[in-house]
Amino acid sequence: MMLQIRNLRASVAGKEILRGLSLNVSAGEVHAIMGPNGSGKSTLANVLVGRAAYDVTGGEVLYEGKDLLAMSPEQRAVEGVFLAFQYPVEIPGVGNMYFLRTALNMLRKQRGLEELDALDFLTLAKERMKLVEMDPSFMSRSVNAGFSGGEKKRNEILQMAVLEPKLAILDETDSGLDIDALRVVASGVNALRSKDRALVVITHYQRLLDYIVPDFVHVIANGRIVRSGDKHLALELEQYGYADVEQDAAGGAPSVVGAMP
Amino acid sequence: MSDAMSAPASAWLQRLSRPESSRNRHSPVWLKEFRHAALQWVSERGFPTARDEAWKYTRVGPLLNVAFEPAEPDPSRRLSSAVIDQLAGNLGGIRLVFVNGHFAPDCSSLKKLPPGTKVESLASALAEEEGGGSLEAHLSRPFAEQTHAFTALNAACAEDGAFVRIPANTMIEHPIHLVFLSDAGAAITAGPLVSHPRSLLLAGAGSRATIVETYVGLPGEISLTNAVTELVLDEGAAIEHYKVQDEVETAFHIALLDVRQERDTRFTTHSVALGSSLARHEVTVRLQGPGAETTLNGLYMPRNRQHLDNPTTIDHIAPECTSRELYKGVVDGRGRGVFDGRVIVRPWAMKTDSSQTNKNLLLSESAQANTRPQLEIFADDVKCAHGAAVGQLDEEAVFYLRSRGIPEPAARDLLTYAFIGEMLELIRLAPLRSHVEKLVASRLQAGGVAVAAAA
Repeated sequence: MMLQIRNLRASVAGKEILRGLSLNVSAGEVHAIMGPNGSGKSTLANVLVGRAAYDVTGGEVLYEGKDLLAMSPEQRAVEGVFLAFQYPVEIPGVGNMYFLRTALNMLRKQRGLEELDALDFLTLAKERMKLVEMDPSFMSRSVNAGFSGGEKKRNEILQMAVLEPKLAILDETDSGLDIDALRVVASGVNALRSKDRALVVITHYQRLLDYIVPDFVHVIANGRIVRSGDKHLALELEQYGYADVEQDAAGGAPSVVGAMP
Repeated sequence: MSDAMSAPASAWLQRLSRPESSRNRHSPVWLKEFRHAALQWVSERGFPTARDEAWKYTRVGPLLNVAFEPAEPDPSRRLSSAVIDQLAGNLGGIRLVFVNGHFAPDCSSLKKLPPGTKVESLASALAEEEGGGSLEAHLSRPFAEQTHAFTALNAACAEDGAFVRIPANTMIEHPIHLVFLSDAGAAITAGPLVSHPRSLLLAGAGSRATIVETYVGLPGEISLTNAVTELVLDEGAAIEHYKVQDEVETAFHIALLDVRQERDTRFTTHSVALGSSLARHEVTVRLQGPGAETTLNGLYMPRNRQHLDNPTTIDHIAPECTSRELYKGVVDGRGRGVFDGRVIVRPWAMKTDSSQTNKNLLLSESAQANTRPQLEIFADDVKCAHGAAVGQLDEEAVFYLRSRGIPEPAARDLLTYAFIGEMLELIRLAPLRSHVEKLVASRLQAGGVAVAAAA
């Protein structure tokens, strides 16, 4: 098991958002996490990468058997955890290419691998840029500065392609994308699917799951997973909305639809 | 002594002015009189206090508490060129080195210069000049026109400095590097030393040159450098000037760069302030001929308990002149950075185009930055813009970099370097830029780990 989340509780500014969330993810699997606004989807993503504003008040997260929550954000990256941010930050003055190379080399160094020289890096970056159909001119610009929403999301996937994480979490990568950008981003992500890599795709809409077909779909409501199933659960939600699951969350145990692992 | 000066300040001044007689032995009469008048001025008016607007942020008290002695030349102390290279960088051109304000020919290097060009010590220029030459008018000017106690003190006590005279329509290909080294450990009477370098740079009509002033020091006793540099650009001259202040962190540094620009001249200066416990580098530019352009850039990086003050005055006297000013401060520890930028547009300076920007980055809770833009506009039909900001590193950006595996200290460095990078790119003189890059990188939190990766 790559990731084991057990009864996780977390709050932001004193307000409890995650209320006993449990989830298991194995290598090679793609999990979709869906849910209405405010259900705790993004909180889960932020807790997993260690953002300081989120307080974990209970439960545990084991990543490859290790206590993920005890690690600093940079250690988590070294261990192979990656978050494609919902709102990637703009960093004027730091070149995109320079940033990516520094990140890759710092990861490699901390993993005891040799650093890539400028030429080797360029070769790698060029190859990975094709995955997200990114124009090379983006590499000489400052990180995300003045990028459109779609360009920022592509840049996130490019970083993922270059840094090659074991566990990638995509936080509403589809939000704000038109259908063409969505298709490009999704095909980039699909190219990175592998038996050694797990993906957790967080989304509000079923639309993204037409392109990135998940092995499992989980519905989160009021800070807990209330339903789990296969890709058909996503279609069901598309049809009937989140009203039912929110009722479930208020009441009894999670119900199960379709095949379970 | 008048009532204006307290007893300790008066004693302080007495000590510095003691060797007046020995210094004056070979000086022309005008210089003796001038020195005497300047000293008189200081005794009567005293040192700046909190009541002086121009010294609002800088207290000279700590400096007046040190029993400084005037620095004498020390021929027994031999400094190698390698030491100078290491401290000041080797820019591969002409280099004049001054140790404690006295010319040190051994570690200076003079390349072949175009005919009529003079690059020498001011003391020799004065010795060569016979009977009331042009030096008198120049040397008395900054004192006469904009005096505060330290300019006057420089006028009273200065013995040497650089003298550069570039004839009309002459281009100096290599940079002229003026290195001022504080070496208070070397003194025979080892104690706190003061030096008063006085430099005069005259750029003839249509001439071109790059001039670098570097102020560095060797660890030892406390030193005070009280420098005045005067630069005159005749019609159509273009001068690129740099000033790197990287004295040891126990030093005091007070300096004035006084610039006059005639018609259609182009002047750029870049100030890099890194060293000293207390430093004040003042730049004054008078745009007195139409069509003159001036650019003032500055980077200051106080840390620990350093206090780095950057007062500037751009005086638009003639019409159709352009001024651009960009100063950036990075303040760490309990350091304090000051930018005090005055722009004056005189009534007849129509079509003035001026812009001023000051940005400060505070890296610690107790870091402090003061920024004071002052625009005094007395003319119509002018374009004047200014902006000032004080901020901290974007924590979202720090987190973003960390989430990609860049350790926190390196992430902070990288973002700090991104803030500074703009100033380094403006340094066009490549060997100086790489020297400054190294100095800056070595001051960052992680010792420039992230920055080194960029190279």
